[in-house]
Amino acid sequence: MLDPLDRRILVASQDGLPLAVEPFAELARRLGIPQAELLERLRRLRERGAIRRIAAVPNHYRLGFLANAMTVWDVDDREVSRLGREVGALPFVSHCYRRPRRLPHWPYDLFAMVHGRSRAETEAFRARIVEVLGPACRGGDVLYSRRILKKTGLRLAPEPPERAEEGPCSA
Amino acid sequence: MRRGHLDPVDRVIVVALQRGVPIVERPFAELAASLETTEEAVVARLARLVSTGLVSRFAPMLDAEKLGGAVSLCAMAVPPDRFDEVATILAAMPEVAHNYEREHRFNMWFVLAVERPEDLPKAIARIEAVTGLSVLDLPKLEEYRLELVLPV
Repeated sequence: MLDPLDRRILVASQDGLPLAVEPFAELARRLGIPQAELLERLRRLRERGAIRRIAAVPNHYRLGFLANAMTVWDVDDREVSRLGREVGALPFVSHCYRRPRRLPHWPYDLFAMVHGRSRAETEAFRARIVEVLGPACRGGDVLYSRRILKKTGLRLAPEPPERAEEGPCSA
Repeated sequence: MRRGHLDPVDRVIVVALQRGVPIVERPFAELAASLETTEEAVVARLARLVSTGLVSRFAPMLDAEKLGGAVSLCAMAVPPDRFDEVATILAAMPEVAHNYEREHRFNMWFVLAVERPEDLPKAIARIEAVTGLSVLDLPKLEEYRLELVLPV
């Protein structure tokens, strides 16, 4: 769990850091803590992986990537880990995961997000994935994104969620 | 400069800032030096990229699982005439981090991210109860890449 000050730091920064030459100095002022403590806490959160990185989130569509697709594949269980790493290393793949099949509705276990400037480009990327997967792949599908309905990322609440087991009835 | 247009310097900045900045007092110093410009100029360009929507935000990217929480990718096959109604329900739920319309029988794909793992099945059950639709729950089993650096 997050300690209260770490939570305040993340809540204050999750919508965006101050856009300034010294953004952490400005954030520290708003939080009423020394900048050195803020930097130290952010570094510790990154070391434990709670912060992946401090970065810009691009808007694919606005940047000209108009053909964003989730490509999905039914890959042999014995081969999926090895092949997943190969697909994940392709330069046009931004995210790549193994997920469970849900038969009979969903037969696919490998997911790779692909971003092209046009459908023709994205289809060429898909063809490249087919080559990488080879005979271990029994089928695939492509799900083009039509609309972003919501894109906020994980939202931390200002207060931690209450833990049921710590309630008065837990004894 | 045309609104929403990227010049070559903007492209370098977007690519570099997708990878992230160092956690130091002046996080843009290195990038500014490599571009032979000032930190003020880098910040001004970043501010314009954010205000024109080319960059959604500049912020810490959090890992819900490392924070002790849980994440899952979920899908629903929503009847077209109910699509907006269901999207509105999901938009109001803080557990829904992203939601995309996709061209498929499973036409609504959303990411649930919660601080307490036990809240994930509860959120799915609530969505199923409120919408009357089945949710396909597809948590990640392995991650092969998660570094969004687009060669813009």
